[in-house]
Amino acid sequence: MNSVANKFAAEPERYEFREAPIHHFALRRRDFFKFFGAGIMVFAAAKDARAFQESGGAARRNHPDELPKEITAWLHIAEDGSVTAFTGKVEIGQNIRTSLAQSVADELRVPFESVRMVMGDTALTPFDMGTFGSRTTPTMAPQLRRVASAARDLLLQTAAKEWNTAPEKLVAANAKITDPVSGRSATYAELARGKTLAQSLPDEDPMTPASEWTTAGKSLPKVDGRAFVTGRHQYTSDLRPAGLLYGKVLRPPSFAATMTSCDVTAAQKLPFAVIVHDGDFVAAAATSESEAEEAVAAIRAQWKETPQPSSSELFPYLKQNVDTSEHSDLTQSGSIADGLARAAHRLDSTYTIAYIAHAPLEPRAAVAEWKDNKLTVWTGTQRPFATRDALADAFHLSSDSVRVIVPETGSAYGGKHTPDAALEAARLARAAGKPVKIVWTREEEFTWAYFRPAGVIEIKSGVAADGTLTAWEFHNYNSGAAGIGTPYTVANQHIEFHPVRSPLRQGSYRGLAATANHFARESHMDDLAHAANLDPLEFRLKNISDPRLRDVFQAAAKSFGWPAKKSKPGQGFGIGGGIEKGGYVATCAEISSDDFSGAIRVVRVVTAFECGAIVNPDGLRNQIMGANIMGLGGALFEAMTFDGGRITNARFSRYRVPRFRDVPDMEIILLNRKDIPSAGAGETPLVGLAPAIGNAIFDATGVRRTTLPLAPRT
Amino acid sequence: MAPQLELEVNGQKYPVHSDPDTRLLTVLRDELGLTGTKYGCGEGQCGACTVLIGVSPRRSCQTLLGEVVQPVTTIEGLEKDGHLHPVQQAFLDLEAFQCAFCTSGMIISSVALLAQKPNPSPTEIMQFMQGNICRCGTYPRIVDAIQRAAKNTEHRPR
Repeated sequence: MNSVANKFAAEPERYEFREAPIHHFALRRRDFFKFFGAGIMVFAAAKDARAFQESGGAARRNHPDELPKEITAWLHIAEDGSVTAFTGKVEIGQNIRTSLAQSVADELRVPFESVRMVMGDTALTPFDMGTFGSRTTPTMAPQLRRVASAARDLLLQTAAKEWNTAPEKLVAANAKITDPVSGRSATYAELARGKTLAQSLPDEDPMTPASEWTTAGKSLPKVDGRAFVTGRHQYTSDLRPAGLLYGKVLRPPSFAATMTSCDVTAAQKLPFAVIVHDGDFVAAAATSESEAEEAVAAIRAQWKETPQPSSSELFPYLKQNVDTSEHSDLTQSGSIADGLARAAHRLDSTYTIAYIAHAPLEPRAAVAEWKDNKLTVWTGTQRPFATRDALADAFHLSSDSVRVIVPETGSAYGGKHTPDAALEAARLARAAGKPVKIVWTREEEFTWAYFRPAGVIEIKSGVAADGTLTAWEFHNYNSGAAGIGTPYTVANQHIEFHPVRSPLRQGSYRGLAATANHFARESHMDDLAHAANLDPLEFRLKNISDPRLRDVFQAAAKSFGWPAKKSKPGQGFGIGGGIEKGGYVATCAEISSDDFSGAIRVVRVVTAFECGAIVNPDGLRNQIMGANIMGLGGALFEAMTFDGGRITNARFSRYRVPRFRDVPDMEIILLNRKDIPSAGAGETPLVGLAPAIGNAIFDATGVRRTTLPLAPRT
Repeated sequence: MAPQLELEVNGQKYPVHSDPDTRLLTVLRDELGLTGTKYGCGEGQCGACTVLIGVSPRRSCQTLLGEVVQPVTTIEGLEKDGHLHPVQQAFLDLEAFQCAFCTSGMIISSVALLAQKPNPSPTEIMQFMQGNICRCGTYPRIVDAIQRAAKNTEHRPR
């Protein structure tokens, strides 16, 4: 990877909502044993915990003179030998409950089945920034391995002490410590019995290399899979604590509308409803959803609306509304003018990217319950601790008076970072004196959540007669800086992200701007290849210096049969790929274009992916397949339409998402690099898809499409 | 409040207090506590709320309580004596889910399909299942799971 790509890879994405945590809370050591029973535990003191809890790279608040009074527990071995590991990460369908348990079992040398993960509970798990940025596998798995190896050390020491020998002479395997010399052995359960031993976490521990993994690296089935196929698993929206009320919130008629008056008299007269009118927040809670709806309908509110741009004028609007108060991200080297002067072919293109919705199948939901001025909220969020802090701020509570629990959630894709539903449920529950559940309707989800940022991308480039890149000038307006650096070698570069005052609420999304930036870059590379009269794959390989990127391109091309020969009209082939979040991807696509209607169908996709050492091959395949299928929507047809501050396609009947018949033949090639630390895989596999499809459309039709989505009418 | 209606769900008769014009989905989830059936869109577009009424798959968000005259089967009714239904087992074996919020609707729709067509082709499966959304994109595994369930059902004593 060249220096430009490195710089951007290290830069956390601004749309990840990366502020530092304000509070710190954890069970004290004594409380912990009281809660979980005697045994062996591994903890990190709050102060040194900081170094390990990174999840996005933001600076943490630091109080160097403060002694570590609190501890956060990471692992507990009970007297019966059962192992509990604790992480603030959340399970949203990416299968980390399973993959993290694999890493713990592997490092602790215990059977996979004996490990239970406690996740995303602010009262029980160590602080965590949130589950995003493909950080769980590269940071949390090694962290839990360090934890497990510390526990293993403690068990070795305990046995050595009891047997009057040295820990180095003992072996830990299969939940047992054995002395190979005397033949003596003790199970972890036996060693933990009657003890309250604690081990603090060392900075660095030798960890088991991937080549020696036994439990990790295998396709183990999803933990608790049976609860999902029987409908027994309770998502947030399924919870029904005793006395539960259902909440509904009065929404403004359009974005940026302000309330000028509000009359709740009629609503308050309804005997079945609790009405809250607190500033601009107006909502009702009742014993059924329909009664809550009825109460909200009885509220008389007046709003002042302000003119808002529509989707038809979005892209000029973005260019005209650059936010100069925010700094742009700029990387440059050499001189673009010199590079263009040396070029045999020059290109200048503009690409546009629409806003799209996450549309998780479980809409935002929260259940809030107050007891003795303490608040517990169950909610599907990717940021339980940030949600806790937002609740504490909103209700003027200390953070240890708020507990946020995240049940396994009906997906998120970067869309569940904000605490909206939690705040709404908590405000209503406080007024009602009973637990309140808020489940957003699909229309609310499509309107009042937030979107993947739209953008305009402009590229100016030059290529020498032999196919060497000479100049690369890249401007991204609004969609974001993730994946903005080119992985291709080019001496003269100017790469800049320009923040814009977005007309719609926008935020994180699976793949972030890497999808947009790869689409623009890889579409442009395709045009450059044709300008230089080179095969698109050959052109890329000529300008790649990173061997890992070369490997995925070659692997995808080989399985796809690149360069492929067209055998029927309307057929086209395309390739695209790149590096993002430590993962390497290359995608080949075959499309068919209907001569008459222009409809595009993706016929076949081959994806080669490499993310270092693979933790769970089947789980990884599932993620890559899912990324490709979800990515098909954004590539081909997904786009928010809006007018007058209103979303005009806020339902599944108007917002088309990929369905069964959209699915192409798919082949996934995993490159397992056991010599390289594991990177995350939930996002990067999708970034090669859109350009591969766009390039295939060009191959089939001779027309370059420069918009995401590529084929809105398909 | 006196029960107004009786509803048969998963072989059990429930007295029901909700108004006849209440959506079946709401009755199942909020009154009977059968939360395996999910709300996904409220307009019959995503299939997460699919239940069987008689042997037909129906969107419970588009069905009113008063319209239901045949017994209802939800995801909770498929497991018998601790044994998963072959469709559930196939979904589990092939891990045909990620977040699994669509899974109840997918499984119920698959059961309805296999009742109509014991050995569907992949094309027939995709056709029949077109109304069910899996936003995580596990469609190919779901097609495989349905085919596997079809195979396993053939050899299964009824």
